[in-house]
Amino acid sequence: MNLDAAFSAMADPTRRAILARLALGEATVLELAKPFDMSQPAVSRHIKVLSDAGLILQRVDGTRRPCRLAPEALSDVDRWLAMLRQALSANYDRLDALLAGMDSTGKDKK
Amino acid sequence: MSKLTLKTEGDTHVVVTRRFQASPEKVYRAHTEPELVKKWLLGPEGWSMPVCINDARPGGKIRYEWADAKGNGFYLTGEFISLEPFRRIVHVERMHMPDTTPDNHVETLFEPDGQGTLMTMRMTLPDAATREAMLATGMDQGMEQSYQRLEKVI
Repeated sequence: MNLDAAFSAMADPTRRAILARLALGEATVLELAKPFDMSQPAVSRHIKVLSDAGLILQRVDGTRRPCRLAPEALSDVDRWLAMLRQALSANYDRLDALLAGMDSTGKDKK
Repeated sequence: MSKLTLKTEGDTHVVVTRRFQASPEKVYRAHTEPELVKKWLLGPEGWSMPVCINDARPGGKIRYEWADAKGNGFYLTGEFISLEPFRRIVHVERMHMPDTTPDNHVETLFEPDGQGTLMTMRMTLPDAATREAMLATGMDQGMEQSYQRLEKVI
């Protein structure tokens, strides 16, 4: 999973809306195109970008190609953000302890 | 109540605030002296920072390398843009995990707050799109609910 590809795929509001719709469940290209004032080929292109980025999966069902979210891909990005929050909190808690041990002359007491 | 706040501002910013019970001078030094930085800027438990380069002057390089006991590692590179001792640091940074994350332009302010310090870290992502991508992945309630639904169906 490539974070760059995922970020750039999610940079487009239409593609984010498609992801939000797919979070509710599987949908066909036709169903995904409905809320947008957009041709089916245009929606298909967005779907290809999301699919190439590993964010969604498409299966074959007769003539239909239903799409769904690739949960493990999104959770990779999500994990990165959660890590950022957690890391910041853990860091600053450690910094509190470090600051408590510093004296006012600018030397680190240890 | 958590001491850390993390919120968005405008189209491209993420703002983190945190209060410390120490003077702005101490908090600033803990951000600019490698011997101090490597003691706290470690992320989740279990990680250490074997390489901590922090050349705190305009144009000076930043390189932090983290490692855990299992041999995993990642690193961050960056450059300082400007520094006003004990008050303000401006730098740019990016993570290598090993994919490189988009450049994050960071302004960190240290303001007196009673006996302590209010630190405000303002991150600016390169464009609205990148920040929106961050939002779409978990800071947004709607998506969080979607994930919860998602977990039920997996």
